[in-house]
Order: sequence, then C-alpha cells, then structure tokens
Amino acid sequence: MGSLQLKSIRKAFGGHEVLKGIDLEVKDGEFVIFVGPSGCGKSTLLRTIAGLEDATSGSVRIDDLEVGHVAPAKRGIAMVFQSYALYPHLTVKDNMGLGLKQAGVPRAEIDEKVAKAAGMLSLEPYLARRPAELSGGQRQRVAIGRAIVREPKLFLFDEPLSNLDAALRVNTRLEIARLHRSLKATMIYVTHDQVEAMTLADKIVVLNAGRIEQVGSPMELYNRPANLFVAGFIGSPQMNFIEGERLGDTSAKTVGIRPEHIGLSRDGGDWKGKVIHVEHLGADTIVYLESERVGPLTARLFGEHRYAADDIVHATPVIGAMHRFDADGRVIKTGE
Amino acid sequence: MSKARTSLARTGAVHFALIAYTLVALFPVFLTIANSFKSRNAIFREPLAVPTPETFSLIGYETVLKQGDFIGYFQNSVIVTVVSIALVLLFGAMAAFALSEYRFRGNTLMGLYLALGIMIPIRLGTVAILQGMVATNLVNTLTALILVYTAQGLPLAVFILSEFMRTVSDDLKNAGRIDGLSEYAIFFRLVLPLVRPAMATVAVFTMIPIWNDLWFPLILAPAEPTKTITLGSQIFIGQFVTNWNAVLSALSLAIFPVLILYVIFSRQLIRGITAGAVK
Ligand SMILES: Nc1ncnc2c1ncn2[C@@H]1O[C@H](COP(=O)(O)OP(=O)(O)OP(=O)(O)O)[C@@H](O)[C@H]1O
Ligand SMILES: [Mg+2]
Repeated sequence: MGSLQLKSIRKAFGGHEVLKGIDLEVKDGEFVIFVGPSGCGKSTLLRTIAGLEDATSGSVRIDDLEVGHVAPAKRGIAMVFQSYALYPHLTVKDNMGLGLKQAGVPRAEIDEKVAKAAGMLSLEPYLARRPAELSGGQRQRVAIGRAIVREPKLFLFDEPLSNLDAALRVNTRLEIARLHRSLKATMIYVTHDQVEAMTLADKIVVLNAGRIEQVGSPMELYNRPANLFVAGFIGSPQMNFIEGERLGDTSAKTVGIRPEHIGLSRDGGDWKGKVIHVEHLGADTIVYLESERVGPLTARLFGEHRYAADDIVHATPVIGAMHRFDADGRVIKTGE
Repeated sequence: MSKARTSLARTGAVHFALIAYTLVALFPVFLTIANSFKSRNAIFREPLAVPTPETFSLIGYETVLKQGDFIGYFQNSVIVTVVSIALVLLFGAMAAFALSEYRFRGNTLMGLYLALGIMIPIRLGTVAILQGMVATNLVNTLTALILVYTAQGLPLAVFILSEFMRTVSDDLKNAGRIDGLSEYAIFFRLVLPLVRPAMATVAVFTMIPIWNDLWFPLILAPAEPTKTITLGSQIFIGQFVTNWNAVLSALSLAIFPVLILYVIFSRQLIRGITAGAVK
C-alpha cells in the first residue's frame, strides 16, 4: 500500500498554467524527491496530490484508487509543512492527536499512538506544552509526529527543513531517513537543498516550469542527465558548459563537464588559463579560472591546493566524463 | 542610533503629547460627571468647578431614576448593542472568511459590494427602512433596531476582518483540512482565535455608534417599552426648559456599560495567541 500514479495533471490559476501535464509513477515504499527552481510548481503539485487543490485536468490515483473527489482527510495521506502549521491553541499532544480524534478513534488508542510517535522523535518531555513554548527544531519534530500518528500510506513533505539551521537540518534529515526505513511508508518530499535530495531520495523528480525534466535515481541524474537543465541543476558547483565549436566538436552544440572532473596543473595540460578566484573549503578547493580556449571554467579539487588569483594554470578534463548536448539541449547518447 | 542619549527628550515629548491628548479627550467626560453631582444653580454659576459640600446634590440622579422606566431603557440599549455586535461579528467574520479563503467567480466584486456600506450612510435609506419595518410589523420592537444596526456594522466588519483573515497562514488551514476538520471547524477553531484582536477592534468600532444612536430609536422604536437610553434621556431636554441635572446624570450613567464592554474587548486586543503558530 502507498503507491501513487499521476496522469497528465494540469493546473491553472486563472489563465496562468502552473502544471503542464505531469505523469509520474511512485511505487510503494519509495522515497521520492521533487526538486526544481522556485516557482516551478512543486508545492502546487504536492497540494494537488493532497487534495488541497483540485487539478484542472488529469487524474491522481493512490493505491490504484482514483482520489479526484476524495477529501484530503480521507486520502490516507499526511503532510508536513514548511511553516510547521501547528495549532497554536493546542498542546503538543492534542496537536498530534487531532487527526485521529476527528476520525473518531477511541481516546486510549490515540494516547497510545501519540506516545509511540513521541518516543520515536524524543518529544516526551514536551507533550503538555504549546507550540509557542518550543524551539524551531522541536516544532518541526511535532509537525512530523503529527504526520506519523495518522499512519498514512503516503507522507508529503513540503520543504520541511528549510526553516532550521544547518546543524539541526542534518539531524532532522537523518531522523527522516531513519523514519523512512522503520515505517517503510511512501514519502514524497520537496526540497531546494541538493544534499537533501541526493542523500534521501530513491528517486528524484526534476521539475521545471510545470514540466518534469527527468526522473531517476540520484546517481542516474548525476551521471546521465537527460538535458542541459538537469545537468545544470544537479551538482554543485554547477556543471561547466562549453560551446561545442570551441572544442572543434561540430556534432554537439554544448559540451558539459563537471567541476570535479577537471584536473589542474601548473606545468601543462589541455586548456591554459588564469585563476580568477579560489575558495578553500577544507575538504575541497574550488578554483574559478578564465581559459583562453574554452572561456570561464570552474574546477573542484579534492583536498587543499595552493592556487591563488592570477596564477597561470592548465586544466585537463577527465576522459569520458564529458556530456554532449544537441541544439535543443538534449543529451546526445554515446553508443554504450 | 544611541538609545540612551535621545530617549529622555523623546519619551518626554511623546508623553507630553499623549498626556495633552488624554486631557482633551477626558475633559468633556469629567465635565459631565462632575456637573451631574451639582445642584442646578451651581452648574450654571461655575460649570468648571468640582462639586463641593455646598454645591453637592443628587437631585439629577433622583429625577432620572424616578421619571420614566430608566432601568428599562438601559436594558434596551444593552440588549440592542450586545446582540447587534454579536451578529455583526458572526456574519462579518463568516463573509470575510469566504471572501479571503475561497476563489470563486465575482469574489472581488462581492467584496466591493459588501464594503459599499462604508461609504454610503445607512440613514439615506431611512424612509425605505421605515416602510419595510411597517410592512413587516417590526415597528416599535428591538428587533427592528438590531436588524438595522447589524446592517450598519457589517460593511466595516467584513472589510477589516477579510484583510486580517488573509494573513492567517494557508498551511495552518490546510493542516486542519488534512486532519479532517470541516470548513466550519477551520473557521471557528483555527481562524477565529487567530483574528481575535481584529474582532475586538471591529466590536469597539461597531459598539460606539450603536450605543450613541438617537436617529433610529426615534424613528423605528419610539414607544415607551422599546426606548433606548439615548432616546430616554431626551425627555429631560425640552424646547424651553432643559433639566440639566437629569440630562447630565443620565449621560454619566450611560457611560458605564460602554466602558465595561470596552474593557472586555480591549483585553482581547492585547491577548494574542498567534505566537508559535507558524515559523
Ligand atoms: N493560489 C494561487 N493563485 C495563483 N497563483 C498561484 C497560487 N499558488 C501558486 N501560484 C503560482 O504557481 C506557481 C508555482 O507555485 P508553487 O508554490 O507551486 O512553486 P514552488 O515550486 O513550490 O516554489 P518554491 O520553491 O518557491 O516553494 C507560482 O508561479 C505561483 O505564483
Ligand atoms: Mg513551494
């Protein structure tokens, strides 16, 4: 239980079309992440799955059941919002139990389920408090707890960690990964954060302007992006794009090479250039250079390197790590 | 900006302005109450003086309580005001919720239409209202007044409350929907508590004109059993002789219910529980 099928979902607000035909299949127990630039329709798609927005056309099926006319509470889903959205006048315990109470579950059973969820999230000491008396991280855990208590077939997360600071984000991320393993539930998760997407997902869905650009496992997207957009969106720093002409490659309009697939040397190499800026991150060194032949390049080197601005260096791409794209931005498949 | 250096002069100026305004605002109230405890001669001889043992007199209050059914007028005013406020708040909030929450054809137009009453005084329709009340047999009932005052208060209530309701987080309402709350439960249990300060503001704005109104009681309900206190006090104001003691005493008494209601509402204004709802 917990599979999801979307068939040509379209959604328009007034005359403005936000979702332009989304087809997607999510299998039971999968962790699927939606990524995409701001305003591309991720939240709208999630709300459509939840039933909080009606799709203009298309069908949503949960567990092979058409849910187009089913109320959000009856779809067997739970949603965690970016802004927590806890009920301010209820205690943590009542916040977590409200959904079950509305569904007419007996008191004792609610208490038991709330206690279990609180145990999973280390929320026991706070059960009697109100949301105003909790820290941001605790509030987000309550919001996640409220979702768990409902024992949904499908969890929907809309950027649940973006209001937390970096350290807390890592902790909560681990917690969500652990929850996914122990609950074995299907989860759909929206994020802006590359690291979250790459580490949590079984499957990443890259959205752009209301369309799906590519669906695949994190490594598939990283190693075999289907088009320029995905190539540029996945991976940080961004992939270098070089005009095919400059490399004497007439069959490709654009050639892409990831920063981590460029080696630097002072002595000699393919592309001579001048260092513009260097970022030392400890584990990595990121070097920005302006090369004579292929223009601006970013290189990501493992470990510490003593390059400085205005140094003259030679960049060499790793053989076979280049991605070639045609005039429409689609990848040109090399015979494998 | 250094707070310590500028603060003394600035707080001084601010306090001076506020105190001056308070004095100006309270002066008529003080004058009314002080004079209501003086004898008739003292009122005219030294209107600004506080009552002294020589000039002290309760004659005004005695007249008021003896003449006419003053307690009854009082009751009428309170009933009309409280019921009207309750109806204005209930229907105003419901209309505001619909306007701010649901997307439907003609939403903006409907909002404008409902706000129209802010600009057009309801008194312009007095003749039609009176004809309507006569036709429905509501003349000389408190219901007539309540209906008119509810209509009079709604436009501003809808206008203010819909602005406030737009600020209530969508996520919170959506969380309620996923938890299975009906739209009514979302309205009453999630949204209303969060806009309580706005409701109190609307209540105060609605209350004062209703309590003070003379026009509609005079036209729609001038009969003895339905007189409101403002209308009831008019019997002491004659064309030739005015019983100032009684008028001032009646006015002093009329201040208290409004004061009590105001205190109740202003507490709601301060007590916000939104903190921690979102973010
Ligand atoms: N209720 C609405 N009425 C009109 N337009 C809307 C509404 N909700 C969303 N939109 C529009 O739909 C588009 C997609 O919005 P959505 O919130 O889905 O973006 P998103 O991908 O979640 O962005 P972000 O990453 O910033 O959260 C935006 O252009 C937005 O302006
Ligand atoms: Mg969003």
